[in-house]
Amino acid sequence: MKPFAFTRATDADTAVQAATQPGARFLAGGTNIVDLMKEGVEAPDRLVDINRLPLAAIEAQPGGGLRLGALARNSDTANHPVLRTRYPLVAQAILAGASGQLRNAATNGGNLRQRTRCPYFYDVTQPCNKRAPGTGCSALQGFNRNHAVLGTSAKCIASYPGDMAQALHALDAVVQLQGPSGRRTIPIAQFHRLPGETPELDANLAPGELITAIDLPAESARFAQRSHYLKVRDRASYAFALVSVAAALDMEGSRIRQARICLGGVAHMPWRAREAEALLQGAEPGLPLFRQAADAALAGATGFEHNRFKIELAKRSIVRALETTTRSTA
Amino acid sequence: MTSLLPDERQADDLPDDANSPLLPAPAGQLTRRAFLAESGTTGIAGILASAPMAASVASAAQANADAAPPSSSMALALRVNGKPHAQQVDPRTTLLDLLREQMALPGTKKGCDHGQCGACTVLANGRRINSCLALALSHDGAEITTIEGLARGSELHPMQAAFIKHDGFQCGYCTSGQICSAVGMLREAEQGAPSHVTADVRRTGPMAPLSDAEIRERMSGNICRCGAYPGIVAAVREVSLAMPRAASSRRSRA
Repeated sequence: MKPFAFTRATDADTAVQAATQPGARFLAGGTNIVDLMKEGVEAPDRLVDINRLPLAAIEAQPGGGLRLGALARNSDTANHPVLRTRYPLVAQAILAGASGQLRNAATNGGNLRQRTRCPYFYDVTQPCNKRAPGTGCSALQGFNRNHAVLGTSAKCIASYPGDMAQALHALDAVVQLQGPSGRRTIPIAQFHRLPGETPELDANLAPGELITAIDLPAESARFAQRSHYLKVRDRASYAFALVSVAAALDMEGSRIRQARICLGGVAHMPWRAREAEALLQGAEPGLPLFRQAADAALAGATGFEHNRFKIELAKRSIVRALETTTRSTA
Repeated sequence: MTSLLPDERQADDLPDDANSPLLPAPAGQLTRRAFLAESGTTGIAGILASAPMAASVASAAQANADAAPPSSSMALALRVNGKPHAQQVDPRTTLLDLLREQMALPGTKKGCDHGQCGACTVLANGRRINSCLALALSHDGAEITTIEGLARGSELHPMQAAFIKHDGFQCGYCTSGQICSAVGMLREAEQGAPSHVTADVRRTGPMAPLSDAEIRERMSGNICRCGAYPGIVAAVREVSLAMPRAASSRRSRA
């Protein structure tokens, strides 16, 4: 591992200031960046340890929402009574990811910032536009079983590896940021990025910008009675998703008032299936409708040599998740 | 002494096998544990020290290690198994390497070194973590418990005893991580934490006894290449069932 300077930040202002320097990176739980540093994928000149910042609280908001501190650990978040009862989809998604040990260390902010597990991104001897812009994409002609089928570009077909973010996207979470030029708030839909021409950028963040909290809006608690996170992977536990589906329904009598579907493992970012959501809105739940919605969600998908199976798998997963969602009640 | 299995008998046929776990170490010879502790303390010098004439090399390296640390190193103070520990560390040092290389606590194992196998699991402030992905400096002030700190004197921690009783290991390499993980996991369950296989995460409050499916899921961060999983699940189940259910009624040992 390349030598680096280590700074312990005691307040957000100095943390942001220190992280604005070129070559500086934040250190929270460390479960991803330390791994990447061991591999040489990340080689920061300075780590700014933000673990002492007072950003670990999970607090109910006056308007009925819930604020998840950026430094709250994934395990504490998943076990928070308000999150479990009002936003169970988020708890389910967190618990589907990683292991008990990793969830005890990993933070909510860090979880959003985790990087792809594309093997060519991890292998510093291989070309990779995300790690070394302009060198090419090894996955396009290589082993691409785990890669994206939606929203890819000629520069990058990496997939987003996380679970929690699918639930946060489905529930329209809002990300609180603090940067060199002050604080701002962005919908999570605008946080992650598609690869386009600049796959080296995972998120729409300015240099030194710090995630301080993730807010779950009060309205999204309407989905608490009917939501489900389905994760399909090679092992029963402790593996990244081939495909995952965060599904949530808000019912009005026998009809769907609103539906939320967000896919994981199929794109460079959590993929909201808005066409499918539109089809479900106002309709009565049922298998033919769910199949129609699934087809709509994957209509624009393009598979590569080893991952074409993901398209059909994602469709069936959407149907399964929606069926499970309609079965779950209070 | 228990009877030897065929492959062990073969190992026993090797000349001068002072490191056989089945035989007491002859007086004056280096045991495996002492060897590891020594090589852990002084790095490569410790390995050299196992050769008869390397004592002077080892002491020279020791003197070198006592010299002024590189300028980039930083002060670290934490407690390990109840004892305070303070030293200067290179920022690159993981908690795992600190324990093994600088504190001569080789009970915590380095498996994959990437957070995938769980062999390095320790308890940090009572919570299980992968020490291989934890930079030591970010745990300044923490209370660390390793496998060496679970027993009380000669009395094994109930989880250690259960692993022996139920044959929860074969080669033993993953065992310290499995046991530390299981201790941390039961504490999480005591606090009512749900898992991926919990039927309804919305139901908070006291939990039912952990099913085998719950134990497997909650222990999935610990890989056992020997496949001793049935014994591991049996050991964890036994300790779990012996524990009081209410979170407040039991002081955690870890």
